[in-house]
Amino acid sequence: MKTVYERPKLLKEAHFHYCPGCGHGIINRLIVEVLEEMGLGGEAICVAPAGCGMLLYNYFEIDVIESAHGRGAAVATGIKRVRPENLVFSYQGDGDLAAIGTAEGFHAANRGENITVIFVNNGVYGMTGGQMAPTTLLEQITTTTPVGRDSCVAGHPVRVCEVFATLDGAAYLERTAVNRPAAVRKTKKAIAKAFQCQLDGRGFSLVEILSPCPVNWKMGPLDACSWIDEVMVKQFPLGVTKDGTKPTGGAKDVTAATRGGAKDVTCS
Amino acid sequence: MLVSTIFSGFGGQGVLSMGTTLATAAMLQGKYVTYYPSYGVEVRGGTANCTVVVSDEEIASPVASEPEFVVAMNQPSFARFQGTLQAGGLLLANSSIVSTESARSDIEIFAIPTSGLAEKLGTIKVANMVMLGALIRASNMISYDGMLENLAGILGEGKARLLKVNREALALGYEYAKDHANGH
Amino acid sequence: MRQLMSGNAALGEAAVLSGCTHYFGYPITPQNELTEYMAKRMGELGLCFIQSESEIAAINMVLGAAAAGARAMTSSSGPGISLKQEGISYLAADELPAVIVNVARGGPGMGNISASQSDYFQSTRGGGHGDYKTIVLAPASVQELTEVVPLAFDLADKYRNPLLILGDGMLGQMMEPVDFDGLARPADYDKPYILTGAKDRPARTIHSLIFDTKLQEEHNWKLFRKFQLMEQNEVRYETYLADDAEMVVVAYGMGARIAKGAIRRLREEGLKVGLLRPVTLWPFPAKALREMAKTVRDFFVFEMSAGQMVDDVKLALEGEAHVHFYGRPGGVIPMPVELSRIVARHYYQARSRDSAAKEEKR
Repeated sequence: MKTVYERPKLLKEAHFHYCPGCGHGIINRLIVEVLEEMGLGGEAICVAPAGCGMLLYNYFEIDVIESAHGRGAAVATGIKRVRPENLVFSYQGDGDLAAIGTAEGFHAANRGENITVIFVNNGVYGMTGGQMAPTTLLEQITTTTPVGRDSCVAGHPVRVCEVFATLDGAAYLERTAVNRPAAVRKTKKAIAKAFQCQLDGRGFSLVEILSPCPVNWKMGPLDACSWIDEVMVKQFPLGVTKDGTKPTGGAKDVTAATRGGAKDVTCS
Repeated sequence: MLVSTIFSGFGGQGVLSMGTTLATAAMLQGKYVTYYPSYGVEVRGGTANCTVVVSDEEIASPVASEPEFVVAMNQPSFARFQGTLQAGGLLLANSSIVSTESARSDIEIFAIPTSGLAEKLGTIKVANMVMLGALIRASNMISYDGMLENLAGILGEGKARLLKVNREALALGYEYAKDHANGH
Repeated sequence: MRQLMSGNAALGEAAVLSGCTHYFGYPITPQNELTEYMAKRMGELGLCFIQSESEIAAINMVLGAAAAGARAMTSSSGPGISLKQEGISYLAADELPAVIVNVARGGPGMGNISASQSDYFQSTRGGGHGDYKTIVLAPASVQELTEVVPLAFDLADKYRNPLLILGDGMLGQMMEPVDFDGLARPADYDKPYILTGAKDRPARTIHSLIFDTKLQEEHNWKLFRKFQLMEQNEVRYETYLADDAEMVVVAYGMGARIAKGAIRRLREEGLKVGLLRPVTLWPFPAKALREMAKTVRDFFVFEMSAGQMVDDVKLALEGEAHVHFYGRPGGVIPMPVELSRIVARHYYQARSRDSAAKEEKR
């Protein structure tokens, strides 16, 4: 009999704690599938966030460290500077990366830190109960925007890929989604590309993944998937925002430790 | 023996390097020594100062509220630090640009035209070393000959090229103090 | 070979000699020379220096580097140390080693850039959230500063706990002769907990999230036992002219140097005053103080703050002796002569108090 589907070996035999219809489970699985297919399970070090993704170490059969809320890119920087030969990635939500951890993510990207960020954008703070996130859409109702997000009061939804694309240190940025089978396949490719970008020593890579949160969006799982296509992508268009060549800048003739492991960097 | 000196002047007059030069020389002569610079926003405005304490025993504080010696390389420093000098203390002023009248009658003021003397050596930049030579003569806090012996090490590799002119500047100040100081 | 160096630079060199391979920092006066020194030295040696975007980023880079097995360090001054407290709490919870340097300045708030000792509580009470402690080393000279650095890295590794070196602006900025000869490089410890990638071994995790309160309690008791071990084994202090003293001054860091100067003056006048200088502020030399209290009735606490360590002295003495206090907060650096006058006054008052008590008994 031909096996067409099985549990990735890097996924522990545990039940995900995620809510029904949540995108995190899909994304978790995609990450380990990619690691397995690229043969990187033994090299990977994951930085888990505070938020819904915080229990990654219960699911991943790879080395995982938890970071304080928002500090994933800084923790990943510290690890990468010690172990440039390892594949180091952080897994961060929208509150984590685009609110409390904006500085850490932004500057890791700007340094061209040779790490990967898997950025899950579901437009709300899930774990804490559905409060407004920096990526919450205008007029979207959350527990802290009970009459809808008003830009005069609460600002505008932040487009992380577009913001990071302005940074010379960012090498590869792509926004995908996990609401349709085709979108899931594209997301998997994007994750593989981001990891490859790191292996090639090109510098900072980030995959922003639009992910359904039916419970906090107060929708059924199918409606949540449709809502991504119908509403969310208008604010967050899918696609590659940046696929740059090798990063520039920094000192010449530097070791991996001083340069965060980016290889063969021609620096000015 | 415990002697405190405040060096003061414009940034760029070599005030801090006067301090480190004296401190290093004293260290090499086996003295206890501390060097404490002014720092922060204060040094951005143009005046600089530092305190050097030289002692035969462990030094409690690198700060001197009532120093034995004050070196004032410019007028604002003269005005600011003459009040801190202890009674009977000696104020060495760069009289090339400092007017040395003081209301205090309990201190001695030694006017040395250091900028003018340094110009004789072809560079005003060594005015600080002229002053240091005079201070060492007037204070006797370290051995002058001992300092000259180690001068290359004291000034460091970066100033090897300037060893000769620094030595001449020190000597110029030292001799000036010998000839002019009242009772020193 | 003796050389004249600022405390900040000497600290940096000692860190390099101690095998520190990763330094992360953010500029703040009065510790900038340390960050600058590390930028230069680490660059020369091909080691890692990052000027981070914030103090928070710096301490979290330290956490990442420590988790990956490196000897890592960061430094700052009070306002920046406040920001680092988040990471220090996580380091303690994760049981990761790190050395954090505080070149303290006057506070609270922005305060000023003069030397101060007002970060004592922040340093000795953990500082961040949760139930934890860090060893705090408080050197009093540039030479001692260099000597506590290898010790700091050693103790951090030995106990798998962040450690604080608490200096102040004066110690950081002043230059003194320093000798690095004989500075012992700390031992390399086995680190079976670090993350290297799960090749040929089970995956490892480092995390402080423990949802199960029973397990969290167990973890806290485990940390607590570790802190007890530190209290048993790592107390360090110096005494000076304390053997025959009737009054013992308790002071640390640069404050203790000022106190020494005051005590020398007082001794010349025939007053029997000595010094106890805690080198570890936590664990605090409480036992040594209690032991002294068998013969000494008066302890005089001097701090460049409005009074913080004085609480620890009172706790240590448990009412067994009189505790006097003199403090100068706000970055004021008093002179030995000033302190000697105050101590003398208290000394004579204590004497007349005792003779009055004797009178009454009679």
